[in-house]
Amino acid sequence: MKPRWDTAVGVLLVAVFVTGLGTTDGFASRDNLAFAFNDIAEVALMALPMTLLVVAGQVDLSVASMLGLSSALTGELWDKGWAFETIVPVVLLVGVAGGLLNGWLVTRVGLPSLAVTIGTLALYRGLASVVLGSNAITDFPETYAKWAVDTTTVPGTFLTYPVALFIVLAVIAAVVLHSTGLGRSLFAIGAQEDAAYFAGIRVKRIKLLLFVVAGLVSAFAGVVFTLRYGSARADNGQGFEMLVIAAVLLGGVDFDGGKGTVFGAVAGVLLIGVLKNLLTLNDVANEVQVIVTGLLLVASVLTPRMITTVSAWRHRRAATTS
Amino acid sequence: MIQRSALPSPATTLKRGAARRGHIPRHRAAATAAVVCALAVTLAGCGGTTKKDTDNSGKADSGSGAKANPDAPLKKGLKLAFLPKQINNPYLKILDTSGIGAAREFGGKGKEVGPSDASASSQVSYINTLVQQRQDAILIAANDPNAVCGPLKQAMKKNIKVVAYDSDTAPACRQLFINQASSEEIGRSQVQHLAKQLDYKGEIAILSATQNATNQNTWIGFMKDELKKPAYKNMKLVKTVYGDDDDQKSFQETQGLLKAYPKLKGIISPTTVGIAAAARYISDSSYKGKVVLNGLGTPNQMRKYVKDGTVEQFALWDPKKLGYLGSYAAAALASGQITGAEGEKFKAGKLGEYTVGKDGEVILGPPTVFDKSNIDKFHF
Repeated sequence: MKPRWDTAVGVLLVAVFVTGLGTTDGFASRDNLAFAFNDIAEVALMALPMTLLVVAGQVDLSVASMLGLSSALTGELWDKGWAFETIVPVVLLVGVAGGLLNGWLVTRVGLPSLAVTIGTLALYRGLASVVLGSNAITDFPETYAKWAVDTTTVPGTFLTYPVALFIVLAVIAAVVLHSTGLGRSLFAIGAQEDAAYFAGIRVKRIKLLLFVVAGLVSAFAGVVFTLRYGSARADNGQGFEMLVIAAVLLGGVDFDGGKGTVFGAVAGVLLIGVLKNLLTLNDVANEVQVIVTGLLLVASVLTPRMITTVSAWRHRRAATTS
Repeated sequence: MIQRSALPSPATTLKRGAARRGHIPRHRAAATAAVVCALAVTLAGCGGTTKKDTDNSGKADSGSGAKANPDAPLKKGLKLAFLPKQINNPYLKILDTSGIGAAREFGGKGKEVGPSDASASSQVSYINTLVQQRQDAILIAANDPNAVCGPLKQAMKKNIKVVAYDSDTAPACRQLFINQASSEEIGRSQVQHLAKQLDYKGEIAILSATQNATNQNTWIGFMKDELKKPAYKNMKLVKTVYGDDDDQKSFQETQGLLKAYPKLKGIISPTTVGIAAAARYISDSSYKGKVVLNGLGTPNQMRKYVKDGTVEQFALWDPKKLGYLGSYAAAALASGQITGAEGEKFKAGKLGEYTVGKDGEVILGPPTVFDKSNIDKFHF
């Protein structure tokens, strides 16, 4: 049987978790677990559309900027006296519009997604600053904020509502990617776009859809983030795009496209969250934490390739000796 | 691995032409957008939750319940955690190191933890961690006065004392704020010092940080107010420029000021970046010795310019004292000597007695003035 990297990450996650239970005081408490997972809720949410994008050979670097724009807009409209019930659909529409722009530039103008979304990363963050400047808007309604914070959990569990929503969406993403025609189309596009096109897959339309979903989810993550911290700022979630991509790659989704599982990405995101929490609880300096994440990432990209190379080499040797 | 049979049949290619022209999807998108907009408007019409409904501006509830016992001794073995804006901020490092040293004086244990970036939300996970570690007090220099609020309130609920220093949180989210100096004193004293140097006459200008920096604008407000007094009738503030706390921009703004106002006699720069950049420009220009520069700076940045005569004096609070005071204040809270209510008194080691002011503020005292005579005693 071929070793699978996503299974390995899952095992690693369990191992780290169990180590944490055994060694770190305070890790196992309900409060801490609720916090630890809620702390990466937005990254986790955005990792789902990112997984689909990367499987299809695309990437969206603008997700965190869209989160920031959504947060800034939520704050500005709230400050202007809009009803929260109106703000959310408006902000989500802005997310869809941002996704459409990304998708349009990639599919109709024909630019590579990496280049396009580097541009929109700056653009959306810039717009966020235009909307809110360096202000911070606070005092969001408790009726909604309580669903985002880590002190409210699904009764009887340590799962907060953003995390519970993530689980539901992860199941949906897994079903779509692994057991529908659309999912198979994504793998086909990621593996060989031209072949997929000639096989009759609506490559452009599917890619456009993926960017729109990414924009929508990022905008929603922006609302969650804003409520969770109770502070809308233009710089909210700065740098999260790297965490999202790191989590997806760590989960064994191939950056070249065509390979990967939702399970792996979920394991990757949880591993990053649990590790961060454990290291912080043990007073490990932030710089070291960044190094650990970096090393894990390099390992996750390197190891599967090394395994392939080694097994190929063994194959060749076996062939020559026989 | 993808299997060929799993792919849709080539027959679907026939339909692609129509789809690419995009008539159907575009209509559908427009319709969806319209529906969502209508829905949004309806919701807005129905009222909904707006800002007016939630005026939850909480006041500090410190002091409620617990009673202060001014005679209680400082507890031994207190665990204090310093949470700076970011871990590699050299100024806050001095403060924290001094605070940790103070903790050792009263038999406590201090440590510094924190994020490597100063973004609004990065401090939150550290607060949670400190709660899990059951620290006795958290001392925080807040990156965002509100983003840290929820977790700090959680901490206080679990009887962990919260002291803000350097940058305050919203008052409801901490028990004490250790203020470096009162804004009024910082503002007025800078005008007073400069006026003395200029013999109370001549044109002056201000080199500030960013246009919307709260602390800068408060100070400048007090400077302008001070200048209204009759003693300063021969002094005129001609311009306030903004160097955005960027070395190069501050440098250029200084250059611009001196070119635009040839009669300029003095510059106040109440920001450490600004004053250092201005001093660098003046020291290499013909204005050296003719234009007086004063403001807030750090001794390490300004030493050279004090020694070469570009700058006679400047001021800043002593971060070591600030950290020291914070540490003692946190210990006094954790030992039950004070609760954070106005009028309570506590002893801060060698700094003497301090009184809690309005809104739980403790003021360190007037800024320290640095000049040739004392600058070599300070290293920060």
